[in-house]
Amino acid sequence: MTPKRSEHIALGLMVSGAFLALAILFFIIAVIMIKGLPHITLRFLLDNPMDMGRAGGIFSTIVSTVYLLVVSLIIAIPLGVGTAIYLTEYTKEGLITKIIRFGTECLAGVPSIILGLFGFILLVIKLGFGWSVLSGGISLSIMILPVIIRTSEEAIKSVPASYRDINKVLGGTRWQGITRLVLPSAAPGILTGVILSVGRGIGETAVVIFTLGTSLRIPFSLFDSGRSMAVHFYLLAREGISMNNAYATAAVLVFSILFINILSYYLMHRFVARRR
Amino acid sequence: MAATAIQRKEKLIERIFLLIAFSSIFSLFIIALFIFAEGLPLIWKVGLKDFLLSTRWAPTKGHFGIFAMIVSSFWVTIGALLFGGPLGLMCSFFLVEFASDRLRAFIKPALELLAGIPSVVYGFLGVVYLVPLVRDYLGGPGLSLLTASIILGIMILPTVISISVDALVAVPDSYREAAFSLGATRWQTTYMVTVHAARSGIITSLVLGMGRAVGETMAVIMIAGNALKIPLSPLDPLRTLTSNIALEMGYASGMHRQALFATGIVLFFFVMALNTIATVYARRKRIK
Amino acid sequence: MTEKIIMEAKDLSLQADGKDILRGISLQVYPKEIFGIMGPSGSGKTSFLRLANHTFKAREFSTQGQLFVLGEEVLEGDVAIIPLRRRVSMVFATPVVLPSSIFENLVYGLRVQGITDKHVLEEAAVKGLKAAILWDEVRDRLRTPAKKLSGGQQQRLCIARAMAMSPKILLLDEPTSGLDPISTFRIEEALKELKSKHTIVLVSNNTKQIARVTDRCAFLLMGDLIETGKTGQIFTVPKQRKTDDYIAGRFG
Repeated sequence: MTPKRSEHIALGLMVSGAFLALAILFFIIAVIMIKGLPHITLRFLLDNPMDMGRAGGIFSTIVSTVYLLVVSLIIAIPLGVGTAIYLTEYTKEGLITKIIRFGTECLAGVPSIILGLFGFILLVIKLGFGWSVLSGGISLSIMILPVIIRTSEEAIKSVPASYRDINKVLGGTRWQGITRLVLPSAAPGILTGVILSVGRGIGETAVVIFTLGTSLRIPFSLFDSGRSMAVHFYLLAREGISMNNAYATAAVLVFSILFINILSYYLMHRFVARRR
Repeated sequence: MAATAIQRKEKLIERIFLLIAFSSIFSLFIIALFIFAEGLPLIWKVGLKDFLLSTRWAPTKGHFGIFAMIVSSFWVTIGALLFGGPLGLMCSFFLVEFASDRLRAFIKPALELLAGIPSVVYGFLGVVYLVPLVRDYLGGPGLSLLTASIILGIMILPTVISISVDALVAVPDSYREAAFSLGATRWQTTYMVTVHAARSGIITSLVLGMGRAVGETMAVIMIAGNALKIPLSPLDPLRTLTSNIALEMGYASGMHRQALFATGIVLFFFVMALNTIATVYARRKRIK
Repeated sequence: MTEKIIMEAKDLSLQADGKDILRGISLQVYPKEIFGIMGPSGSGKTSFLRLANHTFKAREFSTQGQLFVLGEEVLEGDVAIIPLRRRVSMVFATPVVLPSSIFENLVYGLRVQGITDKHVLEEAAVKGLKAAILWDEVRDRLRTPAKKLSGGQQQRLCIARAMAMSPKILLLDEPTSGLDPISTFRIEEALKELKSKHTIVLVSNNTKQIARVTDRCAFLLMGDLIETGKTGQIFTVPKQRKTDDYIAGRFG
């Protein structure tokens, strides 16, 4: 085979590979939107599910999802940003940073079902939180913690080192430098990471189903159970309860995830552009 | 004095941050501790060999062999790698070596969107579109190793692509120029020079993709059929370690629940092994 | 410590990351003068400045000898760093403006001290701007982002920001190295004004600048102090051959 021929074949393969991957993406989005959008009405969004989701809307699952995400972010953001601050502002590269980074990588690799298993036994049963927003929020926060650590670290690292020098020579403490200069400058980057983890949290099922539970009621207290949109979709689809409602729920899910990803992409680019 | 008060406060803040920084390690430790504390007694009771190598899983009757699931998880992971690996690498080569900047600026984020699609959506579409296709044209129940491998192969694409693209981009242009100046074609340059230089990153991307596949649960439950036996052909249904945990956790108690934790231990080892391999390869790249 | 000496190094040596940076430096800086430190790059000028306000950066370093700043030995372990930095401020080679308004840049040093009184802040900002001869150029637009200023204006803003804290000593690390001649001239004018009330230590490898603005100066070479004394004397009748070669431009 001549080099020229193999070049053509290879290029053909690569183009079709990229094309296939894109086609899959568009197929997924198109199918969900085409089959789901016609069933989405204002009433679908604002009515509670009735008859196990066969009828009615998805209001309570939207509330559960938002509640769950808020709780997990309240836990994960301070821990994640704090870890990133420690790694970038308080230590030099060394054994401690290596251990923390390795631990973060490992935590990112822990399968979500193991987090679900853990949350179910420790939080739901042993600590007696039951299936609840609290159990779900804590478990989910462990899942998104590595994402927040990694993106915050990148964001904080991209803050010019000279800002820290200026803070020093103007008599600021390290803490003042962090709160007055570093964090405000890194905020858009950190926000991008937060948004990305919201995207991951919205779609997560394995962790949530065993910790938040599947109650269709609107959760009010931290100890109430709920059902996230993704779990609702899973149950509708798996039990074959209502295909129309399943597609409509999936469309809401995919639409919000698309929106969130595009938003974070846009923010990240503006952030990078401003830095340059 | 005021100054020492400031310094004391700074020291305190630093300690607080150190504590926070260990939160991820701490979570990992607690998770591991729990899984092991709950699962090890059962392995102890059943015996490691019987637990790992027996195919008889009947928790209510006191049989706890997970061999079939280990084999199933193994095959599904390999299957996902077979579908997702080549496809993902083809995409990355195309993006880095052949696509124009504008094309790349569009394709790369689009492919990263694949990572955002919830796994239940993948599973659902697999059931609705892929399963009937496999059943009608290839035979079997449709819910099978093949279907699961294809869907998981798609699900690991973003992992494979984003990490291998980073590795390929990191190869200095001077390598490529040197190869061009020796008369190599673009493709020759890609597979002889660029891929070689980026191989540790490429391997890392594949290994992390495998980690993603072995840990995936909900999509696999929906499309793999969950039958408790060793799959003998790609068209056989199977039940992975993860699906087993998810399917039975809701109602398990006593020894049965312990057995699920023990399954978790095996899964934990799987994933940690893959992560360690990935970290080692990633580190090797940095040393060079 | 006598009132006459505001900063004094006594047989000061510095090693960092396994290398000698300074070897046995002894020199004095008197109140209300501009003291210049010249020498080719890598001679230890910046390190000396950074020791004086505790901003020296290295993975590991050790010092011998003594360094007194405002009557306090600053190399001892228990020195109060933050108050020291508030009295000894510093301006770097490249202007670093913070991503906020001109006004917020000026009062950063006061805000971190916990001062919130608007009048105090405004007074300090105006004082700093006038000291850096920037007041007339920016008086109408204190609320605009500082990044919109030109490079020369940004560097004068940095000086103004340092002066807004009313430091006793101002350390300048090659403040004009990245600037055009007109901006450089403006900054030098500002420095000459400042010395009526403040002590300035100016590091530069521009010998002509040292000759133009300093009262006394020192010549550092590869970590050794070659010569120190009145600027006029050093530039006309240097005691050392190396000094002569350096200011004549034969090396460095």
